[in-house]
Amino acid sequence: MVHNERSQFLAGIRAELPIVLGVLPFGLIYGVLAVSAGLTPLLAVASSVIVFAGSAQFIGAQLIGAGAPALVIWATTFIVNLRHMLYSAALAPYTAHLPRRWQLLLGYLLTDEAYVVTALHYDRDHTPLENRHWFWLGAGLTLWTSWQLSTLAGVIFGTQVPASWSLDFTLALTFIGMVVPLCKYKPNLAAALIAGAVGVLTNTWPYKLGLMTAALSGIAAGVLLERRLGAQEDAS
Amino acid sequence: MSDWIIILGMGLITHSQRLSMIITSGRLTISEPLRRALRFAPPAVLSAIILPEMLQPGGQLDFSLGNERLLAGLVAILIAWRTKNMVLTVAIGMVTLWILQFINQALFGP
Repeated sequence: MVHNERSQFLAGIRAELPIVLGVLPFGLIYGVLAVSAGLTPLLAVASSVIVFAGSAQFIGAQLIGAGAPALVIWATTFIVNLRHMLYSAALAPYTAHLPRRWQLLLGYLLTDEAYVVTALHYDRDHTPLENRHWFWLGAGLTLWTSWQLSTLAGVIFGTQVPASWSLDFTLALTFIGMVVPLCKYKPNLAAALIAGAVGVLTNTWPYKLGLMTAALSGIAAGVLLERRLGAQEDAS
Repeated sequence: MSDWIIILGMGLITHSQRLSMIITSGRLTISEPLRRALRFAPPAVLSAIILPEMLQPGGQLDFSLGNERLLAGLVAILIAWRTKNMVLTVAIGMVTLWILQFINQALFGP
């Protein structure tokens, strides 16, 4: 088995491709939504390069459209993207030996979708450490390219996709595909159920403040249940 | 404040979070209780986005059979639970939604 840079890079691309299917309509919808929320087409596309975080961009576009204060938007971004700090911590051991420019590049590409396949690959694979970052780069660039292209397509052609196709629902479906497998671990299930319930109850709150409340409630529920069950059932 | 500054700020926050642990190469560490708590951020945040999408498609709670997103979402949850397959989950969820919308349309008209 060859584990050179090229094979790792290609393996990263291959692993990411199935996820791209769910991301393409999501990017398309983001493009449509951002423009209809009042972002200029240039800013809608630029935000995919600058922020490069689907759920935060969706929420940001809606909040900008609603005229929310910048501080509220930034606080929401921080809460919604808290999970990225965890991804960063989980994969940091694999980047410690790399030059700074590689660390910056890989950090920039650390989305949910790139993290999921990269972490799984690092768990199973026994490639020497020095070539593993090429897998991450392959997965990350694949997602980056499909996100930029689908956003652009959404901004350009999006207004012609009929709303009756309900393509916006692919966002919820993609998230279902990510969350449900996590729920085999009971504290994760508790976090999801409580956050979901609070999210529904606070959905009408202004500026998506309900989303922050729901996320924090869910995290608290997970922590409490885990403490109750004790460490022996820790599946992580 | 211009929209550009808001977007630039969002990018700065997002990438500071992504780079936080990578760039410090272990000098910055998350305390164990915080690390354990952060593990619940993905299911919590994502679920807080999913459930309102399913239960309040028109802005109000809708538990009726006419709520296609609720039924399609439940089918997707079942598929995700049994297969852990992202492509199947999204594909079957969307097809279910379209079939239900078609049926509702045929039964009750536009």
